[in-house]
Order: sequence, then C-alpha cells, then structure tokens
Amino acid sequence: MKEQIESILSAHGHRPGPLLIVLHAVQQEFGYVPDEAIPLIADGLNLSRAEVYGVLTFYHHFRRSPPGRHVVQICRAESCAAMQGERLAQYAQQRLNIAFHETTPDGRFSLEPVYCLGNCACSPALMIDGELHGRVSPERFDELIASKQVET
Amino acid sequence: MNAVVYVSKDASALSVGAEDVARAIAREAAARGIELTLKRPGSRGMFWLEPLVEVAVGGERFAYGPVNVGDVPGLFDAGFLDNGAHPLRLGATEEIAYFKNQQRLTFARVGLIEPTSFQDYVANGGYRGLRNALAMQPAEIVQAVTDSGLRGRGGAAFPTGIKWKTVLDTPAKQKYVTCNADEGDSGTFSDRMLMEGDPFALIEGMTVAGIAVGATQGYIYLRVEYPHAHRTLLEAIDIAYREGCLGANILGSGHRFDLEVRLGAGAYICGEETSMLESLEGKRGEVRVRPPLPAVKGLFGQPTIVNNVISLASVPIILDRGAAFYRDFGVGRSRGTIPLQLAGNIKRPGLVERAFGLTLRELLYDYGGGSASGRPIRAVQIGGPLGAYVPASQFDVVIDYETLGGIGALLGHGGIVAFDDTVDMARMARYAMEFCAVESCGKCTPCRIGSTRGVEVIDRILYGIDRERNLQLLEDLCDTMAEGSLCGLGGMTPFPVRSALRYFREDFLKTPVRY
Ligand SMILES: Cc1cc2nc3c(=O)[nH]c(=O)nc-3n(C[C@H](O)[C@H](O)[C@H](O)COP(=O)(O)O)c2cc1C
Ligand code: SF4
Ligand code: FES
Repeated sequence: MKEQIESILSAHGHRPGPLLIVLHAVQQEFGYVPDEAIPLIADGLNLSRAEVYGVLTFYHHFRRSPPGRHVVQICRAESCAAMQGERLAQYAQQRLNIAFHETTPDGRFSLEPVYCLGNCACSPALMIDGELHGRVSPERFDELIASKQVET
Repeated sequence: MNAVVYVSKDASALSVGAEDVARAIAREAAARGIELTLKRPGSRGMFWLEPLVEVAVGGERFAYGPVNVGDVPGLFDAGFLDNGAHPLRLGATEEIAYFKNQQRLTFARVGLIEPTSFQDYVANGGYRGLRNALAMQPAEIVQAVTDSGLRGRGGAAFPTGIKWKTVLDTPAKQKYVTCNADEGDSGTFSDRMLMEGDPFALIEGMTVAGIAVGATQGYIYLRVEYPHAHRTLLEAIDIAYREGCLGANILGSGHRFDLEVRLGAGAYICGEETSMLESLEGKRGEVRVRPPLPAVKGLFGQPTIVNNVISLASVPIILDRGAAFYRDFGVGRSRGTIPLQLAGNIKRPGLVERAFGLTLRELLYDYGGGSASGRPIRAVQIGGPLGAYVPASQFDVVIDYETLGGIGALLGHGGIVAFDDTVDMARMARYAMEFCAVESCGKCTPCRIGSTRGVEVIDRILYGIDRERNLQLLEDLCDTMAEGSLCGLGGMTPFPVRSALRYFREDFLKTPVRY
C-alpha cells in the first residue's frame, strides 16, 4: 500500500490544496481510504493526522472500510420521493436483505442513500457503480441486480 | 443519401436506455445495409420523451419517442429516416409545443450540437462572446454583464456584474474564477444538462470572467455524483486547450486562463460558496464567516469570483448579442431567461427555459401537463430542499425573484418538484429537518442541534404526544434556526417546515401513527 500512496502523493502532492484530490485518488485505488493511509498522507502533505482525519470524516463520499463489489446508491430526495422513491428504497432493502449503509454478507452489494443524482426528471433514480438509472420500478431494480449478479 | 440520426447521450437519457437504443439503431442500419451517421447530442430537455430519436430530413429535425430497443425495427419499417408515420412520431422537434414555447438563450445549443464538437460550437455562435470581450476593456466587460441584469442563478440572485466589479477593483497578484457546479438542490439538473450538453459555453463564460477581472486560473467545483458531466468537461477542456481557447495565449490575445475541474465529495453544504472554497482548498467544508466576501478574500485568500454554472454559461450570449438583448427578456428586476426544471410527480418533466414572468400554473399545467399519477397536484416545492412548499391556492404566482419572495417562497436554482395528493406533508417537513441534520457543517448550534431536535419534535407531534405544545415548540425552533444560523442551510430549513405547517397543518394532526 505504501508504494501506491507514495505514487499518488507524488502525482498530486504539489497541486494547491491537494488533500481532497489525494483522498479521491486513494479511494479510487482501494475502494475506500484505509486507516493505514492516514499517517502516510499526513506525512506526505505536511499535515497533522488530525487534519487528514478531520477532512476524511467530513465528507459522506469517503469510505473507511471496503464496500461491497457493487455499490447501489438510491436517491432519497424530494423529486424521487414524489415518484414512489420511498417504495423503491424499502424494496431495495428487502430485496438485498440489508439496511442502508450495510453490505450483504457475501460482499456483493452495498446499499447507500444519496440526496439527488440530478436525474429528477426520470425519478425515481439510483446509481450502481457510478452508472445512473432512471424510472426504476421494483421490477427494473430486480433486473439491474440480476445483471450485476451475473457479473459476480 | 447518408441519413443522420440523433440519440442523446445526456446522463438522464442514458439512464432510461438511450445507449441501447443508439446501438440498436446502428445494428439495424448495418443489417439493412443502410448508411447512417449517428450523432450524440445532449438532451432537448423533454425527458418524458427520452430516449428521443431525431432524424434530419431536409435540414430540419424530426422526433420519435420515447423509443425502446424493441421499437427500432418498426421505426425502420415505417421509414423513420424520411420522417415516416409511426405511433411514436412527434413531428418536427422544434415544433413540439413544450419546446417551441420556450426562449432558449443559455440552452440554445443544448440538445442541438454534439457537446464536445468544437466545430459545432463555433458554427452555432460559440466563442463570438469571447472575441468581443477581447476587444473590450475589462471594466467594459463587467459593465456589460451588469447592464444585462444577470443575477446569480445558483440561488442567492446577487447581481453578477456587481460581484465581478468587486473582484476587478480589488488589486492582487493572483485572482481566481470558480464555478459552483455542486448542484446539490433536489429537483434541479440544469447545471448537469448544460455541462453535458454544451460544456464549451461554460468554459467560454469562465474565460470571459477571467479576462474581465484579471484572473488567470479557474476551477470548476463539480459534485462527485456527476461522473458523466465530469468526463464531458475533461474532454471539452482538453479540446479548448488544443484550440487555443484556454492556456497561455487565449485566441492569440496574450491573455492567460487555465482551467481545472475539482470534485466534491458528497457534502451538500459545499454548495454554499464559502464552504465550496474551503473544499477547493482541500479542507473540511466549513462555512466561513463573512465579511470578508469571497470577491475580496476568496480562494487561497485571493479575490475570487464564485458563480453558478448557469450564470457563467449565460455570459457568452450576453457578450455576443449585447447586454440590451438579454435585459429585454424578463420582468421587473428579474431580467433575462431562467432555465426552470420540472420534476417530481409531473407528466412532462424537463427543462423549460423562459423569460421570467410566466406563472407557476402555466409551468405545471401547460408545460408539465399536470401530475404523472393523474391525481391533483397538492403542493410544489420550489428551489430545492430549503425551498418553501407552495399550495395549489398559490399556483397563479408569477415566477420572478421578487414575486416569489413576496409569498414567502424562493426561486433558488429554479427546481420545481410537484407532489400529488398522496403526499404526507408532515413527513416532508420531517425530511427537511433530517436533511439539515445530516448535512449540517456543524459550525453553529441552531443548525446542528436544532435540526435534530426538529426531527424529534415532529415525531412527537406525529405520535400524538402533547401536540399543541410541540407544534408551538416547532415554530419556536424554526425561529431560532432562521435567526441564529450562519448560513442558509440552518437559516432556510425553516422555509419548507413552516410552509408545511402553515398550508398543510392537517397533515400534522392526523390520527397518531408509529412510523
Ligand atoms: C446550503 C447552501 C447550498 C448551496 N448550494 C449551491 C449549489 O449547489 N450550487 C450553486 O451554484 N449555489 C449554491 N448555493 C449558493 C452559493 O452560496 C452562491 O450564492 C452561488 O454559488 C453564487 O453564484 P451565483 O451568484 O452565480 O448564483 C448554496 C447556498 C447555500 C446556503
Ligand atoms: S447554518 Fe448549519 S451548515 Fe450553515 S454554517 Fe451553521 S452549522 Fe454550518
Ligand atoms: S431527487 Fe432523486 S435524482 Fe434528484
């Protein structure tokens, strides 16, 4: 890990205000920001560990433990709520048998809430592994999950 | 004859299958031995019709939609390449009433051109504004923006030219232009559509801003929830550098302007401008105390323009057509056009760019066609999660900053979310408090603690515990948050809550339930 972090730091460390950029790159690399990365980043950027920790925990996007192989983010904001988004959220929890912020025991799926994906004209919306889906009915949800199960 | 077919690659269009439809069209054409050029513009903004397929016939574009993969062979059979009759045929795209009755200035090219085609951009008026600006003095550029009457489209509606003048008049070695592309408000997607559909307009607008105030570095702060817009922006910025429209010598003028995209990390508060600046500096997105204004002491302590995507993307047309052209649209102190975004429970959701001055009712019914469910529209939330809920009795309100302000509402970023009569407004009020609790930056107590208390108080009301006293407590809590918060998150959360209490009180008084 040390090597990967060092190469991220040498790629981005010189940019003005680099910490967020570095955290994004670390999460891109590992899927989350491992605790062991914190002192390395702090040293590399000449910050205190507390500063790195403070930034890391401020932002919802950064994860501190590995997510499932597929991350399902369901929009819980108003436009989707007006189009049965709550039903979709309930259905997803039932179907995957986990609550929001949890990962299935087989490590396949993580379920996360998100507050608007900019897809409000095709509500209800969700995102799987960065890919956006709109007008998601429970049936469509099943199809999407099934297609990911095929991919492993 | 080589037919030209258009299928959008806007993220929303893709989210309902546009990519599969585009592939199916290419496959079917190949199988039939038809030569065909497939173009991938942004979206026209008529999302109930996506995936929309357009075909160019005799210099005009004709539309079919919404098209499923299964419809594709039938479209070929019906001769859609020659605008043949088919149940999905909609006629000339620009004659569709929803589109025809708009005034597209900022969105003139969105859905029309291929987003990262520099040729398309220039052929459709692109970079004329910048060329004009390069022939003007900085103060003249700023004056033109002031004279256009443009006010910030991010929410606060502050006159853009006046902000620029402060930056221009503040001497410094380094100044910055930052674009707020955090677009956190639910029910809004105009920034996304513009960045995905016409990214050069934003790049051009930011370049003009840089030249106007003497800033050589620009940053676009983009929310991480928009990966598709991210890719489009990166591609467009690369091209703009190659074409000499960014970099050390803009169009041979000797002016420098560099541009970089930085990603947010899922914090709503980072849309607030000072929080955004902290985040751009790589820090926790805690709101700064003002003064100093960002225009005086902004990014890295230097004078900084902070403007929304739509504000900046409206600058090229103002410099191209002149301040008076833009100012002649609109009413009162709301000049120009506003891209309104219709969402929620609405039959025809989408983007409607119109001069200020239409009524909410026109928007909801003439454009929107009423609710998607066919039930009565009971409430609409205007301006995102911090916006008020407007009851049906007020649908005749005129959409401009002052008139909406007059009924205790806010236009914000122009998002309009409709709810039918199945909505439980007490739950929506609870949601508003909960959202504030989740997204608070934690700096002030009324926002951080007050919102959590707010959720608890609403729960007690719903459970039927001491209702009168708790309703009063909720009102008091709203007063405290409105008066004692440093920024709009804590300060404006009372808008949705109070409007729900005021116009939909019965929802708080239903038979007690346990949620
Ligand atoms: C809580 C909060 C969230 C905001 N979110 C955004 C946003 O996502 N995008 C935006 O452009 N402005 C947002 N604003 C408004 C900005 O603070 C600022 O007024 C705006 O970016 C200035 O640009 P403009 O003058 O071009 O509108 C937000 C304000 C508050 C208080
Ligand atoms: S009102 Fe809330 S979000 Fe705004 S500065 Fe205070 S604590 Fe932070
Ligand atoms: S509210 Fe769900 S995508 Fe915008």
